[in-house]
Amino acid sequence: MKVREVVDILSGRIIVDNHDLDEEVPRGGAADLMSDVLAFGTEGMVLMTGLTNPQVVRTAEMAGINVIVIVRDKTPPPETLELARESGITIINTGYTMYEACGRLFKAGLPGLGQVKMRDNSW
Amino acid sequence: MTTPEITKVQELIYTTKVETVMAPNVVVIEPSMSMADVKELMRSKRITGVPVLDGDRIVGIVSMTDVIDAMEKGRLTAPVADNMTREVSTISKDASLTEALNNLGREGFARLPVVDGDGKLVGIVTTGTVVRALLREMDVSFQKKEAEKLQTYRASHIFEDIVSDDTSVILRYIVDDKDFANAGKASSMIKKSLQRLGFLPPMVRRVAVAVYEAEMNLVIHTDVGGEITVEIRRDRLMVSAVDHGPGIDDLQQVLQPGFSTAPEWIRDMGFGAGMGLANIKRCSDTMRLLSEPGAGTRLDIVFVFSENVPGATRSEGKKS
Repeated sequence: MKVREVVDILSGRIIVDNHDLDEEVPRGGAADLMSDVLAFGTEGMVLMTGLTNPQVVRTAEMAGINVIVIVRDKTPPPETLELARESGITIINTGYTMYEACGRLFKAGLPGLGQVKMRDNSW
Repeated sequence: MTTPEITKVQELIYTTKVETVMAPNVVVIEPSMSMADVKELMRSKRITGVPVLDGDRIVGIVSMTDVIDAMEKGRLTAPVADNMTREVSTISKDASLTEALNNLGREGFARLPVVDGDGKLVGIVTTGTVVRALLREMDVSFQKKEAEKLQTYRASHIFEDIVSDDTSVILRYIVDDKDFANAGKASSMIKKSLQRLGFLPPMVRRVAVAVYEAEMNLVIHTDVGGEITVEIRRDRLMVSAVDHGPGIDDLQQVLQPGFSTAPEWIRDMGFGAGMGLANIKRCSDTMRLLSEPGAGTRLDIVFVFSENVPGATRSEGKKS
């Protein structure tokens, strides 16, 4: 799915623009727990989250994620936007809830990770 | 030409091998061929010199000068064997371009036959092939943003360029406690450094995630901050996160997934779920936690490379 389609499907607004809108994103994921993002995030995925603090951007950067969708139309603080600009991460705002944002993208054909198997029973 | 381009050309000259700049399909002749035929051959192929081969062996070379000499002396009907230059300077295909350029300039050699490890002719180098190859490489480099790759190349070859029994690169970062605005900054710098050093993305990601979790622990749980040290060796990467904070009461307990002492406001930021150490363990090959109440904490994380190339392949290290 192209970044442009993600924006359209979510009736979203790009608030930090670091992308060519024709760039492809392979899958999506959602979390408000940053450790989950670090554990299950995959390279290039679109991250849906309700958090807006700068650590969301840092976490995404570490996990190799460069498109973040902030749900429920929350406005991130300036530090978050500034860090995203520096780190080459695009932030999209949408009025939908986390559930509905995910549902819309999934229905439109953006896959998730499938079933996650933890190899070492850690949690 | 601007300075970066000059650097790029210099870089190419130092890093390119003869194999890349040679013309691979060499026109060759036998010793029995007549000089008149060689003259025609050189005219039709538009070349100025041609190696003489006896079987697989290079026995001489005929240049334009040899042809002119033969013409002046009326020896055009004589065989190549009697007119060729017998002293041939060859160069290995693995030699550097710098060496080729030195030899080409010296003693008036206009071309160097290129040989492989067995002395077999595999190509020829002239100033013309060098210039064309450099232009081609530079063109490629512009298209592929080679500038970045060259920088990576330079940094990643530290293990070959610096001679010692065991070279390691050590990176040190200071992490302040409760400084959420900058939390993750050290991890971000470590990630970028590993990319510069030529690590492959899967290894960069494993290290980045583990270091970030460790950095967040320093930010959240110590009163004094701490230090992160990354030591990169040829075969492994070792991360140490050290602090002189309050220490840990029960080491078994903190290793339990889901156990957390983080306050509510940390949890509101998406952290403190008690998964940090489990996540670090999962990303790394070995993890060791040392701590005593009042005496600080030390977390050692090791990533093992399965080949001698730093981070070239994801190692199938021990998973517990």
